[in-house]
Amino acid sequence: MANHVESLTTASSRAEPRRPETAGATLLVALWHFGRRKPLGALGGIIVLALIVVALLAPWVAHYTYDETLRGARMKPPGAQFWMGTDNLGRDIWSRVVYGARVSVTVGFGAVLIAQALGTAIGITSGYFRGKYDIAVQRVIDAWQSFPFLVVILSIMAVLGPGLLNIVFALGVIGAANASRVIRGATLSVVENVYVESAQAIGCGHLRIMVRHVLPNVAGTIIVLGTIGLGAFILAESALSFLGFGVPPPYPSWGAMLSGAGRSFFSQAPWMAIYPGLAISLAVFGFNMLGDALRDVLDPRLRGAGGRLR
Amino acid sequence: MRKYVAGRLLVAIPSLLIASFIVFSLPRLLPGDVVQLMLEERAYGKDLDDLRAKLGLDRPIYQQYVSWLGQVVQGHLGESLWTKRPVTEELGRRLPVSLKLGALALVFSVSIALPIGILAAVRQDSLSDYLARSLAILGLSIPGFWLATMAVTLPALWWNWSPPIQFTEYSTDPWAHVTQFILPAFILGIASSAALMRLTRATLLEVLRQDYVRTAWAKGARERSVVLKHGLKNALIPVVTVLGNQVAQILGGTVIFEVIFGLPGMSRFLFEAINQRDYPVIQGINLLIVSLIVLVNLVVDACYAVLDPRIRY
Repeated sequence: MANHVESLTTASSRAEPRRPETAGATLLVALWHFGRRKPLGALGGIIVLALIVVALLAPWVAHYTYDETLRGARMKPPGAQFWMGTDNLGRDIWSRVVYGARVSVTVGFGAVLIAQALGTAIGITSGYFRGKYDIAVQRVIDAWQSFPFLVVILSIMAVLGPGLLNIVFALGVIGAANASRVIRGATLSVVENVYVESAQAIGCGHLRIMVRHVLPNVAGTIIVLGTIGLGAFILAESALSFLGFGVPPPYPSWGAMLSGAGRSFFSQAPWMAIYPGLAISLAVFGFNMLGDALRDVLDPRLRGAGGRLR
Repeated sequence: MRKYVAGRLLVAIPSLLIASFIVFSLPRLLPGDVVQLMLEERAYGKDLDDLRAKLGLDRPIYQQYVSWLGQVVQGHLGESLWTKRPVTEELGRRLPVSLKLGALALVFSVSIALPIGILAAVRQDSLSDYLARSLAILGLSIPGFWLATMAVTLPALWWNWSPPIQFTEYSTDPWAHVTQFILPAFILGIASSAALMRLTRATLLEVLRQDYVRTAWAKGARERSVVLKHGLKNALIPVVTVLGNQVAQILGGTVIFEVIFGLPGMSRFLFEAINQRDYPVIQGINLLIVSLIVLVNLVVDACYAVLDPRIRY
């Protein structure tokens, strides 16, 4: 019950004309309410924010560069000088994990951008025009989704070759199919509204209706899907890098740090394996928590809609 | 029902044909020429053209496709370009390994997801509900390959013992053969069980608010009967749909676990074949996977009729 009252008050405060100097304050209040209602979501938000800051400020947060070999510091355990120890080549793991955040953040946001843009274009047109176009598009997406995700992406990556931009592209295209499904569903219900009919009646073009009337009303769905997708993309990138189809070495990616020649040293220096894995889990956990909370607030219809690429 | 299944199998033929074409042309898009690779690593022929002719790769691509398709219809998938062993024979040894791993993972996934999902929905917003939901998000966040790496590394460190990463055949030691699948299957099942549990909880919550469930309560049915008979059975349709999807994902996901735990399965075979540009192997395995998925989708659709008497084929 309390939730309803709160969302009503936020809705009415949003409707009031707002002076520019209080916009920041209103945002803070909204964030404060979000944190009160969804503490776990707020925790996720803090993790995500920290991840982005670390990725942006990597050269200042890291103690060394990512490929700097430190003399006489092979496989040192974690301590005051090396927070997460060093690896078999004498590189500081904390610094590598920090630089690795750049890969994860880039891949996550890049892939989501492609997936949501493509998914929105396909989903909205499909839900708006319906008919034969819709059926044809949906069958293609059916076929696309029935292939095992890892098999498809390994094939795409083998064609494109390893590299950061190629991963972003491949993940984005695969994610678009999933996103378009859900966005199409949301569009179908939006199109039933009277305002769409009246826009058609006064002679608005298809493009105008889709952009001005449908898009703003499915925006919540798009944002929520994107946030949940971010975690899934980061996880997928780490799995790809683990299999050797990711960012080429020596640039550190969390998944790649867990594979390759270093593996034979894990039983002597377990910290080499523990910290990169913890970093992946924490980052994905943060995005999942934030996404779940955003979904409950923005778009309760999506409950149970995922959390993982499928 | 029999008519429906027959019809579905007929419809599957064109889609399998399309899939076979994709499956055939996709590996040929991979950069790096297999003939070049083979000449560099082992001198199989005099020069590029000689080797190409030996492998039958000098013919136009549509001729290659048609002759491959002709073989497939007769149950042959060609032979590996590298080892010269028939792909069907190799798959006969490797498919059971992947299937055992996948099936066991599915068993773990469902037997974790259903009870916990039901409990979380019935006791909504209780402590156990929060615990279950947090665990599910955790399960979705932790990468399986990391868990598997930890499972191999940490016991070796603590107790000087590590799970077997040498494959044991059934004929040499049946007990060791079966037990070596348990750990990888369990880890493989975790992520899929987390997704399944969230869905079970969400759909069951929706169903439990329906009028007929209230009626069931009102007529004095016991909780067990209300939740399982009236609730769960109606909540299962979306769950079964997603379960069908999960089968595809699990089939693809086995590759990581076959690599880490040294299991000579199908996915690892595919992974190696992609790296070696071994066209017949890539085509054969992908075709097999697609056919399996078509079959799974058919089973899923047939399950709907069992779960919901209103659906009749």
